[in-house]
Amino acid sequence: MCTLIPDVMSIVSSLESIGEYVELMRRVMAPPDRAREFFKEFSKEVYKLGVNSIWLVMIISFFIGAVIVMQIAINVASPLLPRFTVGVVSREIILLEFSSTIMCLILSGKVGSNIASEIGTMRVTEQIDALDIMGVNSANYLIMPKVSAFVFFMPVLVALSMFLGLFGGYIICLFTGTPPVSTYIYGIQFFFRESFVWTSIVKSMIYGFIIASVSAYFGYRVKGGSLEVGKASTDSVVINNILILAADLVFTQLVMG
Amino acid sequence: MIQVRNLIKEFEGRIVLNDITTSFKKGAVNMIIGKSGSGKTVFLKCLIGLIQPSSGEIRYEGRNITEMRAREVKRLRRDMGMLFQGSALFDSKTVLENVMFPLDMFSRKNQRERKKRAEFCLERVNLSHAADLYPSEISGGMMKRAAIARAIALNPRYLFCDEPNSGLDPKTSQLIDELISDITADFGITSIVVSHDMNSVMNIGDNIIFLNEGILEWQGSRDRIMDAKNEKLNEFVFASELFKKIKVADSIISESNASEQQDG
Repeated sequence: MCTLIPDVMSIVSSLESIGEYVELMRRVMAPPDRAREFFKEFSKEVYKLGVNSIWLVMIISFFIGAVIVMQIAINVASPLLPRFTVGVVSREIILLEFSSTIMCLILSGKVGSNIASEIGTMRVTEQIDALDIMGVNSANYLIMPKVSAFVFFMPVLVALSMFLGLFGGYIICLFTGTPPVSTYIYGIQFFFRESFVWTSIVKSMIYGFIIASVSAYFGYRVKGGSLEVGKASTDSVVINNILILAADLVFTQLVMG
Repeated sequence: MIQVRNLIKEFEGRIVLNDITTSFKKGAVNMIIGKSGSGKTVFLKCLIGLIQPSSGEIRYEGRNITEMRAREVKRLRRDMGMLFQGSALFDSKTVLENVMFPLDMFSRKNQRERKKRAEFCLERVNLSHAADLYPSEISGGMMKRAAIARAIALNPRYLFCDEPNSGLDPKTSQLIDELISDITADFGITSIVVSHDMNSVMNIGDNIIFLNEGILEWQGSRDRIMDAKNEKLNEFVFASELFKKIKVADSIISESNASEQQDG
């Protein structure tokens, strides 16, 4: 009985958090007080959250793409399988999972913690109270540009990641010759389904929404000081990762199953 | 005119504000004073609608803020300016952009007029030279002045200040006090200042409300505060050595005056 009480309490607390998140999103989705200010903040956020993530996406995608091709080439060394299988399997991994799901898990660390700590700091330094006192819908003013900018820019990051992941594999083939470049290119073109690219982009946009909105929620509800801001930032990354993985499971079953 | 009637605020069964009934003088500097933890900031946050009271009424020109719809509160808040303890300037904006922010959000003026108004407000607080600096690049006193400029940008009817002198040296504190007093008089604003600084109270307080453990113990003008018969108020006022000495000096002067009159 005693062990049940904390479990019940944690369920109640989780339900309260979901309620708070939904209520916050209701305020976020309200029409902006001033469209001009919204677009000003939107363009700043596109640069801060999206453009500033390009280097991270490029570097990780290139190297992971190269490593995927190396690993598959080593582990699929069966005479029963044609060599272009390396290209096919690498393509499917990069298009369907790496460039959307894994890249979003990585971005949740960078973008998610950035959003949570920025909004959390604004909360503890009373900047959010200042917005409320002015009669500004602080949730909408602060969170909406971040969420929309990140969701808007996500396809660019995913497309870049797909291209650089496959390009990393190409470079490995060029230097090692396993498999030969022409076989690798044949493999990545073999039975190519364009719908996989769109599926991946739609998935990443959903994950982008999760990352930006959940992180903003954790930042917005901070109470206390810098310690709590740090905790909110860490918690947001953990919860984002769990939600992205759960959403991936559901999405994969729904679309591919 | 702001009127408060039977205001009670509880946090998890603990009463922080206990049946407060008072009113604030229009066009004057109203000061809420008291020890740390006496409920001053909670009272201020109730007044501006950041905290919902457990019961009671807060009336702005007769309209009860606790019963207003969110849209009405939002409209009322455009008549309010607020100076926060830590200034609460937006880190990502320059001083000028901070002052322009409420104008950008709510003013119907064009960009040139908004900028002109922001520059006027900065000039009013003697901060024109820091217009292009970021909050991290200016001192605490300058941050307070920038926050005052932002608070008055939309010509508010009410100015709320939470501990405007905290963390400032005595000279800068005096400057901020004078600024609040001058702005209140110049623009005909009703100012409500939360403070525990007795120097501020004696400098600018027109109407003083003393809170002790959530109870309104005393209310009156600064001329009456030194002679007040309230024991808790006396404890608070004369906790400072300076004010103890002033009291002693006052009594010596009045005794000598009395003896001169007898001799005469």
